[in-house]
Amino acid sequence: MSSVSFSALIDLFHEILSPDLIEITCDFDEPVLTVYAGANVRILTLLRDNKKCRFRQLVDITAVDYPEKPQRFEVIYNLLSHKINTRLRVKLKVDCRASVSSVIGVFPAASWYEREIWDLFGISFSDHPDLRRILTDYDFEGHPLRKDFPLSGFTQVAYDSNLQRVVYEPVELNQNYRSFDFLSPWEGMLQKTDTEKAS
Amino acid sequence: MTPTTYTLNFGPQHPAAHGVLRLVMELEGEIVHKADPHIGFLHRGTEKLIEHKTYLQALPYFDRLDYVSPICQEHAYILAVEKLLDIQPPKRAQYIRVLFSELTRILNHLLNIATFAMDVGAMTPFLWAFEEREIIMEFYERVSGARLHAAYIRPGGVHKDLPPLLLEDIQKFINRFPKVIDDIENVLTENRIFKQRTVDIGVITDEQAIDWGFSGPMLRGSNVAWDLRKSQPYEVYEELDFDIPVGKNGDCYDRYLVRVEEMRQSIKMIEQCLNQMPKGPVLAKNPKVVPPTRLEMKTSMEAMIHHFKLYTEGFHVPKGEIYRAIEAPKGEFGVFLVSDGTNKPYRCKIRSPGFAFLQALEFMSKGHLLSDVVAIIGSMDIVFGEIDR
Repeated sequence: MSSVSFSALIDLFHEILSPDLIEITCDFDEPVLTVYAGANVRILTLLRDNKKCRFRQLVDITAVDYPEKPQRFEVIYNLLSHKINTRLRVKLKVDCRASVSSVIGVFPAASWYEREIWDLFGISFSDHPDLRRILTDYDFEGHPLRKDFPLSGFTQVAYDSNLQRVVYEPVELNQNYRSFDFLSPWEGMLQKTDTEKAS
Repeated sequence: MTPTTYTLNFGPQHPAAHGVLRLVMELEGEIVHKADPHIGFLHRGTEKLIEHKTYLQALPYFDRLDYVSPICQEHAYILAVEKLLDIQPPKRAQYIRVLFSELTRILNHLLNIATFAMDVGAMTPFLWAFEEREIIMEFYERVSGARLHAAYIRPGGVHKDLPPLLLEDIQKFINRFPKVIDDIENVLTENRIFKQRTVDIGVITDEQAIDWGFSGPMLRGSNVAWDLRKSQPYEVYEELDFDIPVGKNGDCYDRYLVRVEEMRQSIKMIEQCLNQMPKGPVLAKNPKVVPPTRLEMKTSMEAMIHHFKLYTEGFHVPKGEIYRAIEAPKGEFGVFLVSDGTNKPYRCKIRSPGFAFLQALEFMSKGHLLSDVVAIIGSMDIVFGEIDR
């Protein structure tokens, strides 16, 4: 797929980004860079402007929540280079009080993605000119994609005919949400990878 | 806000808003100074719900994202799951997937061109296009049992083999369909009113389109020849012969022309799929992922156990992270999947093309007239199911 060999690309990353890099891994033929959280703007600028890679397009920014880890969130920038036809993910690890610098100055498309992460995960972005909620309701409270947010949420809406308007109430379910634990204690349904089979 | 401007609220219920878009605009006379889209009126928490479902139960949610082109989204999700599981669908299943992806592209572009034309004042193509859409949805129904939410592409292949005579009927459809495109083009392409409403409206250059994360016809309309079917081919696209149409000026009119040409290219691809469709199974041989047939269940105890386990516990997906994208009719539709080795996805991020387009609306409509905003929204091909998720 890529027009540049994978090892050449890894060498290039080491060369231009070395002080800020934590590690380079590879998931299914796609390079993943883990970098220090404070260096995101510098790194994305270098990746965008370097003539050999030109990661010009920011496809997506997303986050993953790992509540049991000390640095709870991973923020993931998903980049694409049309020039060398390669995708790249840049990963930052942050805790829940940290604020990540906004990358709007590097990619204008980052604005809504950062708003979405603020809305759903509660990771704040410094220097974002307009960090409002985007997907949830006006005046919504909480950050729904955090693992400790319940699936059914906290409030529900209903039309109140006395007040003649829509009102918010605490969630009341006729039947509790049941999360079935189907996980079998046996290994029967596990997919074994080739390395596991060999060992 | 300066004394000469005023604020206008547009939507969320407005026929030209293509669903539930609320726009808060600052206007001076009829000239747009600021346009702030408020989205999220159709937010259903799909990503959160998927985290609580098994991999197979999560599949139907993808049909409900961009509900005018359902099968393409299942495709992106299944490609990600299959890559994590390391299974390969049989050739016939790959051809069926491509066949239906291209039918879906026609389905989507028919809706877009028709509603776009209606937004700028042409009613007739709308009626023609919806008639054709119904025929394509009938093909959906014949393979999957549902007109819209097909849930047809499954891990390891497709759910059921094609019913008899379906390929003949698709052949009849594509023999007749170019005439419909010609009719629509006769009404629109050289139409003076249509051109006045779309030429040089919402111009975006190639550099700007890349900066704003555009993909699909929005990017190709700005003269960037980038199509994932060519540049990062999946399934059998490598074996098919087709061209990538690009626009020159990056305005609403060019995006319309790109979509019309893409429909013609899709017909070409469907024709090739019909001719090259191999015989054989449509599901991979992997009892841990693919459910057994009814017959096997009646005769084999093991098949019975697999069936029971697959529909209660579901299959386990090895640990890993993956991003897989396909060229959906609207642009790059991607699924970022994090698996923790259990039977449910740990995180599933859906990257929808429309989200990036709508973000650039303010940039594209600044300085235009209010009526041009409607044309720009129409040419963006936005559907709120996938933007709000």
